[in-house]
Amino acid sequence: MSLSLTAGAVPGPRKDPSVAAALGRRRKRVNLIVKVLCVAATLIGLAFLASILVTLTYRGFEAMSLRVFTHVTAAPGSDGGLLNAIVGSLIQATLGTMIGTPIGMLVGTYLAEYARGSKLGNLVRFVSDILLSAPSILIGLFVYTIIVLPMGGFSGWAGVVALAIIVIPVVVRTTEDMLTLIPNTLREAVMGLGAPKWKMIVFVCWKSARAGIITGVLLAVARVAGETAPLLFTSLGNNTWSTDLMKPMSSLPVTIYAFAASPFEDWIALAWAGALLITLGVLGLNILARTLLRNRT
Amino acid sequence: MSTTTDTQAAATQGFGGVQARSEAVLNAPRIAIRNLDFFYGDNRALKAIDFDIPDRQVTGMIGPSGCGKSTLLRVLNRMYSLYPGQRATGEAMLDGMNIVAPDCDLNALRAKVGMVFQKPTPFPMTIYENIAFGVRLHEKLSKAQMDERVEWALTRAAIWEEVKDRLDTSALGLSGGQQQRLCIARTIAVRPEVILFDEPTSALDPISTLKIEELIDELKRDFTIVIVTHNMQQAARCADQVAFFYLGELIEVAPAAQMFTAPKHAKTQEYITGRFG
Repeated sequence: MSLSLTAGAVPGPRKDPSVAAALGRRRKRVNLIVKVLCVAATLIGLAFLASILVTLTYRGFEAMSLRVFTHVTAAPGSDGGLLNAIVGSLIQATLGTMIGTPIGMLVGTYLAEYARGSKLGNLVRFVSDILLSAPSILIGLFVYTIIVLPMGGFSGWAGVVALAIIVIPVVVRTTEDMLTLIPNTLREAVMGLGAPKWKMIVFVCWKSARAGIITGVLLAVARVAGETAPLLFTSLGNNTWSTDLMKPMSSLPVTIYAFAASPFEDWIALAWAGALLITLGVLGLNILARTLLRNRT
Repeated sequence: MSTTTDTQAAATQGFGGVQARSEAVLNAPRIAIRNLDFFYGDNRALKAIDFDIPDRQVTGMIGPSGCGKSTLLRVLNRMYSLYPGQRATGEAMLDGMNIVAPDCDLNALRAKVGMVFQKPTPFPMTIYENIAFGVRLHEKLSKAQMDERVEWALTRAAIWEEVKDRLDTSALGLSGGQQQRLCIARTIAVRPEVILFDEPTSALDPISTLKIEELIDELKRDFTIVIVTHNMQQAARCADQVAFFYLGELIEVAPAAQMFTAPKHAKTQEYITGRFG
């Protein structure tokens, strides 16, 4: 056979050093071009981000004062604050997370522990992923149709439901991802002791995935804390002090939206202060989430 | 007769330098496997397996990768039932109950047939809770009784001295060898009759391996033990009976001394002398 005849010899012409050198030069040139493009793209992105953050920090701190936290929103020129918006945001984000998290966790658990590879599981995962990337204004309109219209008015609860719907797919995704990371041998070890499946899930799987799931929930909170569109059609906003969830409720994003578009300087300043508050809150949540995830590994 | 002397002479030498224990008396069967087939979907992974696992002795299962030895181990506690598409037919009788029958109570079976895995699988809880978790599944014990059981299990698994002062710390902080002994303690705490070991030392260093092997030798006074291993020396050191599998078939099963000195089948001889596998 010809193979055995040429065994040991490399086929093709002899190696030419000048060709290799030319190829090497070309490779270095392409490498440099790609590197420059990458760095340039990064710098452009960072420049925009820095510009936003610097402006936000500057204008936000300029407008920040104790009054922001002690006074409710008021008419232009009458020394208002953001107290009702801050408290409204806290209430709605907290309740929305409390409602959305258990639902999301159970769905994520279903996907990871019961429905791996099943058709229904794939469908649920697909729908959840669509929900994850759905424009949030659609969720606002949906809740407007199913809650605001039948109840005859905007309400804090409607806002809570809208935020809960945004929380669900985020928690579904992280819960499923974190549970999928757990090696099957651990599941087998629990089942091998004669444990029922629910005990395996609750006492071992959830416990193993705890840090990851909490991280997902924190990221979901960070996401809903800044949502404006779903609240516009649901909790609407409220310029007076109110913690009644049956009535329209104020929130930071909606207040920022309304104040920033106004012609009044003190309202615009308050909008900057509110924007800074949300950004710092989200930053804090992200740092907390990352710390938790790092401690896990 | 000179054959006896030949066998004894061979027992000290062995094939491929493998030393086997010399006694060859097997106890009455604890598990009787008859005409057992196993399927991964349409793929028949075990073919008409027939053999007995002797009571309170160590049965070693050897063979090249993919030969079906781990599959058979996972039949004995119905681990395969966790996965759709896997099924077994035939008989594996334990205490008058057919393990592979569809109506077999899996939780009760797994309380009787414990398993230790290739990689240590500590639960994300304290050392104490790791042991108590399994016990609570099947028994209602007072705090004092549970303390006693935990100490007993950890002592039997030869890890009590190392962990007695930190029972309330996370089991994930133990070394690999300690974790594996903890898993053995967790398994025996449930007081099973049979313990399955799936390559229990392949992820451990030689010293931890030695400890586990000594432990297995000690445990067989009370438990029937089945161990899957790739390590011929380990099979020879630990096992009373050895079963050799190849391509889903049980080629040969015999007392360890006989298996490693005078295998009946050419295939067995080739495998234990390292000519393939």
